[in-house]
Amino acid sequence: MAFLEVKNLKVHFPVRGGLFNRKIGAVKAVDGVSFTIEQGKTYGLVGESGSGKTTTGRAIIGLNKITEGQVIFEGEGLTGKNPRRKKDVQMIFQDPYSSLNPRKRVLDIIAEPLRNYENLTKQDELEQVIQLLKRVGLSEDSIWKYPHEFSGGQRQRIGIARAIALKPKLIIADEPVSALDVSVQAQVLNFMQEIQEELNLTYLFISHDLGIVKHMSDRIGIMYKGRFVEEGTTGEIFNSPQHIYTKRLVAAIPDIDPKKRSLQKRLRQEVQAEYTRSYHDYFDEQGLVYDLRNISDSHLAALPEKG
Amino acid sequence: MPQVLLLSVLVFLMAQMMPGDALSGQIDPNIDPAAIEAQREKLGLNNPWYVQYVDWVGSALHGDLGQSFRHKMPVTDLIGQRLANTFWLAVATLILTYLIAIPLGITSGRYNDTLRDQLITGYTYIGFATPLFIFALVSLWVFGFKLEWFPTGGSVAPGLEPGTFPYIVSKLQHLLLPALSMALITTVNTVQYLRSEIIDTKQKDFIITARAKGAPESRVYNRHILRNSLLPLAAFLGFEITGLIGGTIFVETIYSYPGMGLLFMDSIALRDYSVVTSVVLLLGVVSILGVLLSDIILSIVDPRIRIK
Amino acid sequence: MADTLLEIQHLNTSFRIHDDYYAAVDDVTLTVNKNEVLAIVGESGSGKSALAFSIMGLHNRAKIEGSILFKEQELVGLPYSKLNQLRGDQLSMIFQDPLTALNPLMNIGDQIGEAILLHQKKLTKKKRKERVIDLLNQVGIPRPEQICEQFPHQLSGGMRQRVIIAIAIANRPELLIADEPTTALDVTIQAQILDLIRELKENMHAGIILITHDLGVVAEMADRVAVMYAGQIVELADVHTLFEKPLHPYTRSLLHSVPNEGQDKLHVIQGIVPSLQHLPRRGCRFAERIPWLDGSAHEEQPELHEVEPEHFVRCTCYRHFHFPAEREGWTHGIS
Repeated sequence: MAFLEVKNLKVHFPVRGGLFNRKIGAVKAVDGVSFTIEQGKTYGLVGESGSGKTTTGRAIIGLNKITEGQVIFEGEGLTGKNPRRKKDVQMIFQDPYSSLNPRKRVLDIIAEPLRNYENLTKQDELEQVIQLLKRVGLSEDSIWKYPHEFSGGQRQRIGIARAIALKPKLIIADEPVSALDVSVQAQVLNFMQEIQEELNLTYLFISHDLGIVKHMSDRIGIMYKGRFVEEGTTGEIFNSPQHIYTKRLVAAIPDIDPKKRSLQKRLRQEVQAEYTRSYHDYFDEQGLVYDLRNISDSHLAALPEKG
Repeated sequence: MPQVLLLSVLVFLMAQMMPGDALSGQIDPNIDPAAIEAQREKLGLNNPWYVQYVDWVGSALHGDLGQSFRHKMPVTDLIGQRLANTFWLAVATLILTYLIAIPLGITSGRYNDTLRDQLITGYTYIGFATPLFIFALVSLWVFGFKLEWFPTGGSVAPGLEPGTFPYIVSKLQHLLLPALSMALITTVNTVQYLRSEIIDTKQKDFIITARAKGAPESRVYNRHILRNSLLPLAAFLGFEITGLIGGTIFVETIYSYPGMGLLFMDSIALRDYSVVTSVVLLLGVVSILGVLLSDIILSIVDPRIRIK
Repeated sequence: MADTLLEIQHLNTSFRIHDDYYAAVDDVTLTVNKNEVLAIVGESGSGKSALAFSIMGLHNRAKIEGSILFKEQELVGLPYSKLNQLRGDQLSMIFQDPLTALNPLMNIGDQIGEAILLHQKKLTKKKRKERVIDLLNQVGIPRPEQICEQFPHQLSGGMRQRVIIAIAIANRPELLIADEPTTALDVTIQAQILDLIRELKENMHAGIILITHDLGVVAEMADRVAVMYAGQIVELADVHTLFEKPLHPYTRSLLHSVPNEGQDKLHVIQGIVPSLQHLPRRGCRFAERIPWLDGSAHEEQPELHEVEPEHFVRCTCYRHFHFPAEREGWTHGIS
């Protein structure tokens, strides 16, 4: 039994217009996505803006309505009212500046999930919050402060403290470090890895930054226009990408070694040439991605049936 | 359209709830009550309210708003005369409002936090604090009665031939003071709004792009800041019109200017319900049209919401 | 040197907070040559954007002291009428956020055309239009005639950034400042835009100042690199030296904090970037972020030392710097 299984997930947003605001079409933000995550692992979900990666994450936790498909968490379907979805699955958001209520003290921010799900005395609650703060490396007296008194990295750690307050099993991290400076990114990423080991957490790590996803993930899924183009272990994706879209993404990452500059450039030109030459081998008439096919036991790519 | 429908129902019900009806004031008290009752039955006044409502809407759609029992003439004719006066008063006020607001708002926004800006915002605070009817009364007293620069009542001097040049001049003379006193007060909203729009636009990234192109400040303002700041004013126009309607009621009463506002106040005082309901309905329709007008203007000047 | 395009000497840019001035750019001395990409790297609050805005004269209420010589003409204190002849012409800039840097109510053709109009007043309307189409072709925008009539909201982020580049190169600038030109874009689009900037350098032999926080972008684009921390340049070297033999503790820490091949834990720089008002104004500004080094490792008034030809490093602490062992407990970066 998989820890989290997403089966043929579809999230369509209605497009309204015309007289009486009728539904005149649908944006297929997520259109048939399936994957599984094992407990204690990190699954990286990569894609460019508009690929549907964030919508997928939000649909799993119930922030976006699922049009079709299933999300099975520890063998149990997660539907709208399932309380486990709220307790065992938590989310970390991209922007540490706007995801915390500026008018609440840190104590109230972190204690909020505790108040909703656990009946604690004031004293126990305070102790738990202090424990959580210590765990994310913030001092005890932070509880009386407001979010604006912290730096971006510290705010993101407050967000993490809130997310782990209920001892969740799965954390959906949506671009958790995109808004942070390089050195602060490192701080948050390291910290996420540490608590993962300590609490046996499972991550769905959503990001557009391939370097960071590579660093964090065990398995990676690449999304394009609401569908998966490729899925595999981190090694498979980076060392032998099969789909042209993955190849383009990988080739586009700037290399940190200036000596490889011309090599990078040549590689990029080759991939671009292949992209223009064989576009129709990878995308159907509508420019959409084919269904995933197994290339090996663990490696899948959206290639057409060779016939 | 649903707004108009709702408004008409409300207005109709309110008129129904008032004591008496169209017959009560018009009838010789010596007539046999049975005859009155027969008359009522014949006129449909005993029907349930929704039947009466449908009748009323039906005839209103045909341009028949009933009879004014005080003026003894069809409401449509009565309103028709007044409507033109109010229309010109509103247009004059609107023009004056923008004539005052645009230069003041621009100066205030462009040179914010300087002495000039402080003087202008000072004026707007006084404008916010002064009730329109007091200001109108004071200016009528000062400019009309004391200084005698302007006429103190009516919409035109008597005895002039409509359409002649002196007639038009006289019309304008009668318009100017009420329009100006209303504009001076209502404009402060627009001044403040424009000021904050300009201050907001000044800090946008595309203004930096314009400066980086080497555009001189005058061009930055005229080409980039102004257009983007005036745009929201178009959206504001609808509300402006709604506000004007409220304003005309006060101002016309104070200046005894024969427009819809004065008619409305008089009709309330005289319990001339058929006129009251018609005026309210008409004013409601106008304010809804104002909002519609804003939408249309906005869709013409803003490429982002241009209809495809 | 004959090829020097821009020469910045002891530049101070200060902002007023309450009643005091605080230097966001603090004593920066720098040159940019023709046909060269100088990258300025730093995190937020390092003063890199403030430096760029100072060169362009785009600060509204800042006190600027020192000297910025552009082709031997002093820019500091230059009246706007003179400055406007240079801006958008020989001196131009590409901005970070393509979504907000274009006027939403002006069509693309007019926005590019304006840059031409302001500096080539004699050009006929027809010629100007041709030049706009030309520029759109040059930055790789398909169907330029149609795009001219469109408004910014009708274009994607990558397309808008190309339009902004077209505006910047409209009059073939000699110095182009690109302030985080790809930060807001997707990776594949980033690669395309960087290629475009590189091509422009090769075609126009312009000097380019590339401001970025992304070390990968630096490695791909730069000829020389200046690393800024808290308003000062802490290290300046050619790109190969900087990535192979970085010396300043900050440069070394930054390089260790990005995910790289075979790395288990990322290095975390202890503490946070101090805010403008709380910058340590005396002594080594990076000292409080490497507290395991002894105070005597730092200079009292740290200066840029030329440790090798054309390789400058601030302060003497680089000689003593080492990464802390994990058990010392500095890796958490907990403050």
